[in-house]
Amino acid sequence: MSTVAPPPMTSMRALDSRATAERPSRAYWAGFVVVVAALAVAPLVLPPFWQRFVTEILIWGLLAMSADILIGYTGMVSFGHSAFFGLGLYGAAAALLWAPGPGWLASVWGVTPKLWAAMAAGLVAAALVAVFVAFFSTRLRDIYFAISTLVFSQIFYVIIFTWTDVTGGENGLTFRQPPFEIPGLLAVRFSGDGIHWFVLAVVVTSYLLLRRVTQSPFGMVLQSIRENEPRTRAIGYHVERYKIVAVMLSGLFAGLAGVLYALQNKFAAPDFVLFLISGETVIFTVMGGMGTLVGPVAGAAFFLLMKEVFSRIFYEYYLIPVGLIFTLMVIFVPQGLLGFARRALNR
Amino acid sequence: MLPFDQLVVQIVNGLVNGMILALVASGLTLIFGIMDIVNFAHGDLFMLGAYIGTTVFFTTGNFWAALVGSVLAMALLGAVLQTTALRPLIGRDPLTTILATFGISLILQNYALWQYGPVPRRIVEPVSGHFQLFYVDYPWYRILVAVLSAAIIGGLYLFMKFGKHGIWIRATTQDRVMAAAMGIPVPWVHTVVFAIGASMAAASGVLFGPTVGVNHAMGFDFTLKAFVVVVVGGMGNLGGSILASIFISLLESLATIWVSPAQAIIVSFVALIVTLLVRPTGLFVPTPK
Repeated sequence: MSTVAPPPMTSMRALDSRATAERPSRAYWAGFVVVVAALAVAPLVLPPFWQRFVTEILIWGLLAMSADILIGYTGMVSFGHSAFFGLGLYGAAAALLWAPGPGWLASVWGVTPKLWAAMAAGLVAAALVAVFVAFFSTRLRDIYFAISTLVFSQIFYVIIFTWTDVTGGENGLTFRQPPFEIPGLLAVRFSGDGIHWFVLAVVVTSYLLLRRVTQSPFGMVLQSIRENEPRTRAIGYHVERYKIVAVMLSGLFAGLAGVLYALQNKFAAPDFVLFLISGETVIFTVMGGMGTLVGPVAGAAFFLLMKEVFSRIFYEYYLIPVGLIFTLMVIFVPQGLLGFARRALNR
Repeated sequence: MLPFDQLVVQIVNGLVNGMILALVASGLTLIFGIMDIVNFAHGDLFMLGAYIGTTVFFTTGNFWAALVGSVLAMALLGAVLQTTALRPLIGRDPLTTILATFGISLILQNYALWQYGPVPRRIVEPVSGHFQLFYVDYPWYRILVAVLSAAIIGGLYLFMKFGKHGIWIRATTQDRVMAAAMGIPVPWVHTVVFAIGASMAAASGVLFGPTVGVNHAMGFDFTLKAFVVVVVGGMGNLGGSILASIFISLLESLATIWVSPAQAIIVSFVALIVTLLVRPTGLFVPTPK
């Protein structure tokens, strides 16, 4: 990417600063290591309640991060991420409940890797929904895109809510947590700390992957669609294809968040497909800072902390102060909590 | 093998629901057409209007007082919301208005839950008679609701067409800058339009109140339906959204002959998606040149 010779220092200072900013700074990686280390140690020092809390932040953070690919990098506000999340959740549930028992894969591997089967099923379910949504919604722009994603997620909600025989309807599905397995090597039951580390590993890997994607030529095209769509098209990029891939990528990682939620909480309920989850995802992303990938995780942490604090003061009406703070942030701090560090985070 | 009587009953139902929806959607489309604001809280204005209606109804015992009181209170609330939360957003990306109004929707919905509790409340209808429509006793009240909704929408139409301030509103829709240059107080037009939209939502809330219980979650359904209608009818087009309301409600009513009401809503979603793909400018508007 950086094969272009840096322009003369005096004439083009702006470009020059970009050229030197290509490589991530040492401070960034130092911060990254500190945060990941803190999150890894967290379950050892925190009481069980807060331990679960941190794990949940990571899961919701991954969901918000996936939404950021669309909202922050491509400039398409999705109000339908609950569909991907929910299908990931139900896909994993289906695999854990009805996957063929020992004997089918046992003959091949010696064990039944239920954990990986659940992940695969969740991702496939989310990907199928993403193909469907991407095919229709990417033809639309701006508000129309937002409304059509919202409508798609409601369609999936209605299907899951009313198809009681398979999905359990309003009651949802409960299942057992699969053990952590590496086929042929080991199989151990998840401890409380274990599930946290597993989630942390998946989320950090996803973050690094998504970060790489946003910095790749593909990610640059997405950002150029955000900045100026007609111009991107005029240069010769097939904008629709890029949008379809962006929606699918985003949907896939949202589905992964759903799978993690299934593994942690051992149940699936239609509430997680309801549009409220999509709304919260957008809140996480906007509050934390669009277009930063880390911001949405911070946004999720901020939102869940506010929820925790306010629900002790206002009980179930905590959304009144949260809604107020969100509205004020949209008006006065539209770039979000980490928006000020956007350039540094994207190096 | 379509039973004729069932068909007629569902068509009447669809028309009545369509008129209520048209009242909500015309407020939404008015707000969008003039300010480019996608009002995510519109259904919650409808819900809060219905609740204020129940409060006035339980204190005065008079349905019509509840209707007028709720309309006035919500007009005031609408004006306050517009000046405090939405005026700073004018000129920004329309998507930020979705976010801001989504925040407002959370506040209003949970305020209603806090203030009125989770148990649905009922307003008693002012007209309690029924007439025989094949196998059902059809309440006259529902017919009255349809007529009243049509009257309110007709009044709005006449105001927009002939009233001095209505012409101000239309001028602002066409060209904000030119309207300001001609001496029209554009910021106030915005506030008043939002107040009108909110009060129309409140009116439909109070009218709809007696047919079902009033609860804090009823707003979202209507937000979603009103969105569907406004897009199917053509964003910002008043006539289109009225026709689309009736069209969508008829579709849903007819669908309930075969599927449960919860599933019937999918029919309107499919109608929306087909519209967006085939004719994104809206089904009921002339082809733009």
